Amino acid sequence: MEEKGVFGSPWTNLWEDIFMKRFAVAAGFAAALMSATAVPAVELEVTHWWTSAGEAASIAEFARIFEEETGNTWVDSALAGSGTGANPVIISRILGGNPMGATQMNTGRDAEELIQAGLMRDLTDIAEEMNIRDFYVDESLLEPCTYEGRIYCFPINIHSWDWLWLSTAAYEKIGQPVPTDWNEYVDSWPALEEAGILPFGLASGWPISGVPGVLIAGIGGTDLIIAINRDKSVEAVRSDKFREVAEALDDLRSVISPEMQVPSFGDVGNQLLAGEAAGNIHGDWLQGDLQIAGGVPGEDYECLPALGLNDMLTGGGDSFYFPVLPEGTDPAVIEAQTQLARILLSPEAQLAFNLKKGSMPIRTDIDLSQANACMQKALVLLDNGLLPSGDFALSSDTQQQLQDLSIEFINDDNISVDAYIDRYASIIESAD
Amino acid sequence: MTIAAAGDTATEGSRFWRSIRQLFTRNLAAKIAATPMIAIVLVVFIGCTLWTVWFSFTNSRLLPTGSFTGLDQYNRLFSTSRWNVSVRNLALYGAFSLVFTLTIGFLLAVLIDQKVRFEDAFRTIMLYPFALSFIVTGLVWQWIMNPTLGLQGTIRGMGWESFTFDWILNSDMVIFALLIAGLWQGTGFMMVLMLAGLRGIDEEIWKASRVDGIPTWQTYIFIVLPMMRGVLVTAVVIAGSGIVRLYDLVVALTNGGPGIASEVPAKYVYDYMFTAGNIGQALAASTMMLVTVMIIVIPWAILEFGGGEKKS
Repeated sequence: MEEKGVFGSPWTNLWEDIFMKRFAVAAGFAAALMSATAVPAVELEVTHWWTSAGEAASIAEFARIFEEETGNTWVDSALAGSGTGANPVIISRILGGNPMGATQMNTGRDAEELIQAGLMRDLTDIAEEMNIRDFYVDESLLEPCTYEGRIYCFPINIHSWDWLWLSTAAYEKIGQPVPTDWNEYVDSWPALEEAGILPFGLASGWPISGVPGVLIAGIGGTDLIIAINRDKSVEAVRSDKFREVAEALDDLRSVISPEMQVPSFGDVGNQLLAGEAAGNIHGDWLQGDLQIAGGVPGEDYECLPALGLNDMLTGGGDSFYFPVLPEGTDPAVIEAQTQLARILLSPEAQLAFNLKKGSMPIRTDIDLSQANACMQKALVLLDNGLLPSGDFALSSDTQQQLQDLSIEFINDDNISVDAYIDRYASIIESAD
Repeated sequence: MTIAAAGDTATEGSRFWRSIRQLFTRNLAAKIAATPMIAIVLVVFIGCTLWTVWFSFTNSRLLPTGSFTGLDQYNRLFSTSRWNVSVRNLALYGAFSLVFTLTIGFLLAVLIDQKVRFEDAFRTIMLYPFALSFIVTGLVWQWIMNPTLGLQGTIRGMGWESFTFDWILNSDMVIFALLIAGLWQGTGFMMVLMLAGLRGIDEEIWKASRVDGIPTWQTYIFIVLPMMRGVLVTAVVIAGSGIVRLYDLVVALTNGGPGIASEVPAKYVYDYMFTAGNIGQALAASTMMLVTVMIIVIPWAILEFGGGEKKS
């Protein structure tokens, strides 16, 4: 016979359901509390904006190693919208007194005021204990993390915008060899257009913002990028070298139009693999997506670091920050922060993470023979040191102004090269 | 005599104190009930507005800690082409949007007011877009207006090869693409407001105008419309506040593009406040939005509430 509720009606059945569930939940809590006293496993919330396929696969490596080694739970809070959408959420949560256990942000100046306001945990002790200065590939990476001699964040990878990605399929279609530098690439545009292939694939919005910096470093050269990004020199912007850069951007504008732009940079990756677009300048994180989509460097796509012109890369990357947690937080959570900080820099995690992410590890002492052809090229250039990228050296305010300028210039043919240079100069002049 | 006079002053004095006491005790419940509202108005609306204006004169970045720099932020604001484009876009969108929502809303209301059959069904259909958020509206219209996927692609696929509808990618026309989506969303609500106004007109007015032999359209324009003043004012205020805060529709439909051709002030404020971490600049921009609203609202408020005695 089917069991009925105490009073036999469906409503009391429902009531019993709710009551029993409540009870079950309460019992579960009690059990969790008891087990918590036995094994101090805690949850650590980690925010990041790694949502594209390649990015998600790479952060999962950190989560896996963290959970395996500490027994704690990695609570993954992926935020959509990268630097423009996710950064505000992260910052306002920290400012609003609801900090997460750890967060990723770009290596650079986005968090400098949070550090100055004492909202980020001082990691100097962990840094000294691990002797991080011995293995960091370039000590300049630690500059944005350092305030009054103390260290407040750990850069965990090196990203560079300085890549020209080329589609092997597109060049097969037009029967030309894949270019080996920017100039050859520009020369191939007419043939590409004739064949109905987009010379340059572009996603709408922020992806254009990295392109001027790449052109400055590649065409303008090492001295120019240092003068502009690090020294904020207006004369450098008004120099003939910068004019060449602006003219290159002007050329690029002639093969880009709004109707050809796709929604996200991952879509450009697919265009490259399919041979619909011949080239793209984008950061090395694009490679994570190319690999997930089944692309093999050297076969499906080619990569030219520094446009094939320079022998150094500009770099920034990502850092992990550990916000100061409110008073009364379980010490086990603070301990989990410490454990995570150590793990992020450990050789094992560095290798697993960066191979998936397509970025370069911050350690010099790990075996990267598994790295693909593109990363190998980057590692050679990395030996020459790292140039300051815009993400790295300029404040978020200046970056936003330059991004507005780039987006406007690339879409509006009425802005002359001279006007572009003037406006670039005035932004750099007011940069701090 | 003197005793009586003294008694008078005594009552005068106590009457004075009584009136003071009454100031606090009379309608005590109502005063207590209004206190939270008054406090919120003072602290949240007025206080935060003053805070906003003050920090727009500082060089604050991520945190409101900057020092006074006078009009620097405003100088930068008005020399920024993105801001100037935003202001121009909002003015264009605002003017067209206000005129079209009110006119179309009124016309639709008049049509529905003709005792049509299935009035409820029509009203529901017209009002339905208003139930959708601007984000959904923006995405739907983004698909419709996308040249390859949407209307243009469909009609070309049906054989009309030269048909072009690419406003969403055309710097000069993109603001009208926004306008179409905005009108689609907002007109139904205006219609319902207007319809309520029309229904509030006494039937006797209509009888009188019919007796006088006034044509229906003239009755609507010269008699009914002036009588709907209250509803019209409400409609303008609602439509106007919707225009000034225009943000989510742009984000969903064009994200400011192509280039910066469909940027609006609210998006500038958001981007500089949160992405660029420049509070001073963002607050200068939002102060300018406030000033614009004030320029429109204050003359209207003086007309409406000024002159003390006059009551309409």
